Amino acid sequence: MIQLTTPITEAAARQLRVGDEVFLSGIVFTGRDAVHKYLHDGGALPPEVSFQGGAIYHCGPVVIKDASGEWKVVAAGPTTSTREEPYQWQIIRDHGVRGVIGKGGMGPRTQKACQEYGCVYLHAVGGAAQVLAECVKKVRNVYFLEKFGSPEAIWELEVENFPVVVTIDAHGRSLHEEVFNASSQALAARVSAGAH
Amino acid sequence: MHSLLDSLIEIIRRTSAEIPDDVHRAILGSLENEKKGTIAESALKIIDRNIDLAKRKSQPLCQDTGSVLFYIDCPVGLDQVAFEETAREAVKQATKKGYLRQNSVDSLTGKNDGTNCGPGAPNLHFHQHHSADLNVRLMLKGGGCENVGAQYSLPEEALGANRDLAGCRRVILDAVLQAQGKGCGPGILGVCIGGDRASGYAFSKTQFLRRLDDINPVAELAALEQEIIKTANDLGIGPMGFGGNTTLLGCKIGAANRVPASYFVSVSYMCWAFRRQGAKIDPQSGAVTSWLY
Ligand code: SF4
Repeated sequence: MIQLTTPITEAAARQLRVGDEVFLSGIVFTGRDAVHKYLHDGGALPPEVSFQGGAIYHCGPVVIKDASGEWKVVAAGPTTSTREEPYQWQIIRDHGVRGVIGKGGMGPRTQKACQEYGCVYLHAVGGAAQVLAECVKKVRNVYFLEKFGSPEAIWELEVENFPVVVTIDAHGRSLHEEVFNASSQALAARVSAGAH
Repeated sequence: MHSLLDSLIEIIRRTSAEIPDDVHRAILGSLENEKKGTIAESALKIIDRNIDLAKRKSQPLCQDTGSVLFYIDCPVGLDQVAFEETAREAVKQATKKGYLRQNSVDSLTGKNDGTNCGPGAPNLHFHQHHSADLNVRLMLKGGGCENVGAQYSLPEEALGANRDLAGCRRVILDAVLQAQGKGCGPGILGVCIGGDRASGYAFSKTQFLRRLDDINPVAELAALEQEIIKTANDLGIGPMGFGGNTTLLGCKIGAANRVPASYFVSVSYMCWAFRRQGAKIDPQSGAVTSWLY
């Protein structure tokens, strides 16, 4: 298990390899469809927010205000990342993102951007809303809450030992591509065998 | 009707927070089966911890609490209109209590009124029977896994799938390959051979009401189910698509009649967060008399 803390340096991102299990600690910013589209269209981040050396989490958390008026994350699993494939490469390039957290993997443009700019895709366990919510120690702030609504807002979360797996690294490798190719070959062998 | 409302809210709470025993056992079995120290094993361990946490905290297993699908077997004469009204109220209250996320969006305006009720939501399927029992089953079907479902029209030339069981096998395995880990696998397939485009998918979902450890009464289908599970697990897609020994936890196949011109195979994919519960309810008092899973 590798410990990774934000801000992530380029060297630290480039040291990671496909298949590495990572505990991430520090700050992550949630961002999903609305935020990606907005940044892609040239929108500016709020002045308090910087993604430099940071991690973006594809997640629409369920957040409530507790009795003392503090935000509390009650469910925080990843959402499907491929929807951000048209935008992600540009956000990695322009905002210095070093980690993209989500589920299901991403495509060739993101893979290329990871290699070019020194970023990794970190796969969280889909559906593990409760385990991942427990790793969120504090909600530091929220931005664009009115503009995009709660699930689409940028939540600034303090996380501790958030478990993820590197599935796209900065060396051009993608576990998703490798598993797809291997399983396609395995299936081809088994269906031609089944046909006789 | 007060008690029926309470019973339905409790069914929703249980469905959202507690994985059915048959599914949990399948997950524990697959955990045994993964190589120690692999990322596949780690993913399954996290899944198992999540199941435990959700139950203890009475919180949703997954934040996507899905489409709300009721399946009701009812005695002749049950007032279905009143039942549906009570079910909608139960969904609204369960949403307020946080058992369901505000998860239903107007498809034209994109608005979410926060009630989980609207056209087609929740979805109720009534089925009358000549018994005094009222059985209410509930499934919460997440979006990520719903998106990887697929429907094939046979013959499917590109895959070399003809209108026979070998052809069915071919396209079902293609659906598994295309899904990879994107439906939060390890998954469970519900398949309908035959029917039309609408009834095929509807029927494929009812296969999820079967217990994972049941045996299909149709021998050819029972054999095909086992074969699909084995071959899918040999593909090495693994939990979350990380690679590994468990791609499917189950496969349930049913057949419906078709017209001679059509031959559809409809495949629904259920994620590991398989939320399905049910209860037998006293039609008079509305109280739960026993749990079905
Ligand atoms: S596919 Fe299932 S486990 Fe995954 S996010 Fe959707 S509902 Fe949750």
